[in-house]
Amino acid sequence: MMKRPAFYLDTQICTGCKTCMVACKDKNDLDLGIRWRRVVEFTGGEWARFPDGTYAQNVFAYYISVSCNHCRDPICVQSCPTTAMQQDEYGVVSVDQDTCVGCRYCEWGCPYSSPQFDAKRGKMTKCDFCMDLLLEGGIPACVASCPTRALQFGELDELEEKYGSDMIIAPLPRSSLTEPCSIYGSHKNARPRETAAGFIANPEEVKDA
Amino acid sequence: MTKTNQFLKEQAGETSVVWSSCNVNCGSRCPLRLHVQNGEVVRIDPENTGDDPSGTHEVRACLRGRGLRQWVYSRERLLKPLKRVGKRGEGRFAEISWDEALDHVAGELDRIINTYGNEAVYRMYGTGNLGGVVSSHLQVDRLMNILGGQLNFHNNYSNAQLTHAMQYTYGQSGTGNPISDLVNSRLAVFFGNNPAETRMSGGGTIRDLVVAKQQNDLRVIVIDPRYTDTAAGFADEWIPIRPGTDAALVSGLAYVLISESLVDLEFLARYSVGYDSSTMPSGVPTGSSYKDYIRGESADGIAKTPQWAAAVTGIPDWRIIQLAREIGTAKPVYIAQGWGPQRHANGEQTARAIAMLPILTGNVGIPGGNSGDREGKYEIDFPKIPVGENPVKTSIPCFLWTRAVANPTGFTRLNSGLLGRDRLATGIKFIWNVASNTLINQHSDINRTKQILADERQCETIVVIDTVMTPSARFADIVLPSTTAFEESDLCYQSYAMEVGFLLLRRQAIAPRGESRTLYDTCAELADRLGAGAAFTENRSHDDWVEHLYHQCRRVKPELPADYRAACETGLFKWAVPADYREPMRNFREDPQRFPLATPSGKIEIFSSRLAEMAQTWELQEGESISALPEYQPPAAGTEAQEQHSLPLMCVGHHYKQRTHSSYANNPWLTEAAPQTVWIHPWDAQERGVEHGDLVRIFNQHGSTAVQARVTPRIMPGVLSLPQGAWYLEGEGGVDRNGCINILTSQHPSPVAKGNPQHTNWVQLEKISGKA
Repeated sequence: MMKRPAFYLDTQICTGCKTCMVACKDKNDLDLGIRWRRVVEFTGGEWARFPDGTYAQNVFAYYISVSCNHCRDPICVQSCPTTAMQQDEYGVVSVDQDTCVGCRYCEWGCPYSSPQFDAKRGKMTKCDFCMDLLLEGGIPACVASCPTRALQFGELDELEEKYGSDMIIAPLPRSSLTEPCSIYGSHKNARPRETAAGFIANPEEVKDA
Repeated sequence: MTKTNQFLKEQAGETSVVWSSCNVNCGSRCPLRLHVQNGEVVRIDPENTGDDPSGTHEVRACLRGRGLRQWVYSRERLLKPLKRVGKRGEGRFAEISWDEALDHVAGELDRIINTYGNEAVYRMYGTGNLGGVVSSHLQVDRLMNILGGQLNFHNNYSNAQLTHAMQYTYGQSGTGNPISDLVNSRLAVFFGNNPAETRMSGGGTIRDLVVAKQQNDLRVIVIDPRYTDTAAGFADEWIPIRPGTDAALVSGLAYVLISESLVDLEFLARYSVGYDSSTMPSGVPTGSSYKDYIRGESADGIAKTPQWAAAVTGIPDWRIIQLAREIGTAKPVYIAQGWGPQRHANGEQTARAIAMLPILTGNVGIPGGNSGDREGKYEIDFPKIPVGENPVKTSIPCFLWTRAVANPTGFTRLNSGLLGRDRLATGIKFIWNVASNTLINQHSDINRTKQILADERQCETIVVIDTVMTPSARFADIVLPSTTAFEESDLCYQSYAMEVGFLLLRRQAIAPRGESRTLYDTCAELADRLGAGAAFTENRSHDDWVEHLYHQCRRVKPELPADYRAACETGLFKWAVPADYREPMRNFREDPQRFPLATPSGKIEIFSSRLAEMAQTWELQEGESISALPEYQPPAAGTEAQEQHSLPLMCVGHHYKQRTHSSYANNPWLTEAAPQTVWIHPWDAQERGVEHGDLVRIFNQHGSTAVQARVTPRIMPGVLSLPQGAWYLEGEGGVDRNGCINILTSQHPSPVAKGNPQHTNWVQLEKISGKA
């Protein structure tokens, strides 16, 4: 078992196929509306029309698959009034189902929408890094599923050494908020975090139902 | 570890892991590992054999294969045989016993063969269950051939126009270099080619593209009306183009290539006919060569300048000039077309025109080059179920099946591409619709199809064999419930969208749901009732056939274990592309005398004498034309309708990650991940007061559909894209409520192939009040 498991996403080869999302739902039997992993499409660009009826444009798009970043400074844990939201010795953040009262404070705090509310049961749920598989020496369902091998996981230190730890790509929030432990590699189309050049093109697919 | 999510996991009995697969028509057939607990599949894992990127890497299923539990355990599963009780298409059925259902089907088959002959029986084109050898729809063909045959079809709904175009140009289709060959290219130009969304398995073309681009960071240009996921991830430049105008772009490019002496004259002289007067066939009037057409020295008198092409395509003239120089100077260039450009009313011409770029620049048959066809594949010739010979030789283009039902006496060789006869002898009276949604959903012009099927004097019997209640199944007279891949054992192997060879022995993982049966057992029971039981089964059960065909696979790959049980234990076997693999056009390029093409001249036919003859003899409708050269022809039928009905927008229907064609379209997990929306440019949306997420109505002379708007700069102004395959959901007055594009498409076929022009649709769009 590794010391501190972390996700790495090569956004350059993430095609937004959403296999990771569905593999996660299958592994964890998630009802509709509960999305432990979500894929954000960031799109932008302008069009111009010339007098001869032709066009020029600088359209761009890229995808970012986001789950829980199992942050160093997990705001969800801090905002939980019942201590149901916990971080274990591996840095993995999860919800103790017996203690959770479904107040949803963690959901409001998290800038990544990682905690997902199960309305049927009145409890909060979230990605636990497939800890059951990790302890068996396996790999998380989302990582194992990735058709292009864009989504990887590994020891946080090693990933940071290999890929760096900057997360400046739009539309991810400032890392200083929660000190996330995922690494998002850059895309040739990537825009800096503070940009007006693009927008989240699929809000209905990533926000809570 | 905390008590994390324990509530989700039933700590019940032992779990076994069983090999299965996803078997729909994306060209991949991904292996899966099913976790089975107490007789139920509780989890799906991807296959986990093979190193990366060795050529035998993991063939990881995409979201569609990973969501399969929602389909197998769907509430829409057909669990009992059904007999229609209302009017055809109303969707009212009564449950009946298998004996009753099979007696009825056998009786109808017998009656129709005796009354109208075997040519009145037709198995509908359909691809909802592909890859399983014994579970294949070919079982119906095997049964029918034993019973005296049935009407054949040719073509498919994927690439009819391209296939014909390549046959007239190269004498064969499937001439593409594999996409992994991009490691040898300096530039790639994709016309409507989008493996990120059409060939998205982790063992498929998209994976090969990722690896090739990582090894050789070559420049990639994508030409498409839509900024596809392939363009977003892999293109250095996207050139948006008006749908159906690729041939005009190519003509403009050819003008620059010719004017600036960037044409490979030596290649053209040695390998092709029809570029200029020096290689024209005899007896053809002067001014008929390709060069004459491009330079305006042919009958139309129009020089195909970049300015001319700009006005047609929407691409600025300066960009056309630059692109021509890029293509003309960066050898080798890999030019490939997807299947979207050709799925138009003028698709054959478009497909032939795109191939002109590698022909003009001599990029055909070399490493890193391509013929202009879609990327190639690696195939191992494993066996299929033997179907015997069909005594009936008559064959219709599959897209014209509604014409063969409604107007058989007007169905001829010269007006409908009929083969084997000059005119149909009978209409289609009995339809087998097996794992197919072509009966309603995937065929053009649903309202017209409904009308034709509603008349029970025309097609008298419709038998649907499927797993779920599809829009097509609602039009059945008898519905027979079928097992899914999870419920039967089979053999399955690689298909057209990949470069890994594999053989999978998939095992039955769970009991058949409800009273569903394997297709094999259904056909065997029918054969028995019609006195052909032993001839059909050869005294083998379904599982006996799997074992029998496994041993035939060993003739192809002798290293497979002799012990069938041991082979089943292993489950999955893989082969990398062999080192001596040769791209399809290499032999011709190296020695055209020894390896001539299958065209009449043995060379690449820029000018096709066969098409010239067809242009004289075939009966075409107004606005249609066939031409011997790869000329630009506006999609005439579409334009006429546009003017008549003031329809300003062209609506295409891209392939969507939510489903494969219409397979799995009812899967809620997939719909959540990728909802059905129509792509519309912000300018077109603004003009109509439409905002992202609004419910809109799209309509034309054929019908009307309601769907949510996806307002995005990723689509060209004036163009909509409504992803094909969403299930038709009838609302009031025949209005579709689910964004099914075939409510808007036309049954008018393309002129040469008689193929489906399902991207040539002029439409209007308006907002429906209220947020969806």
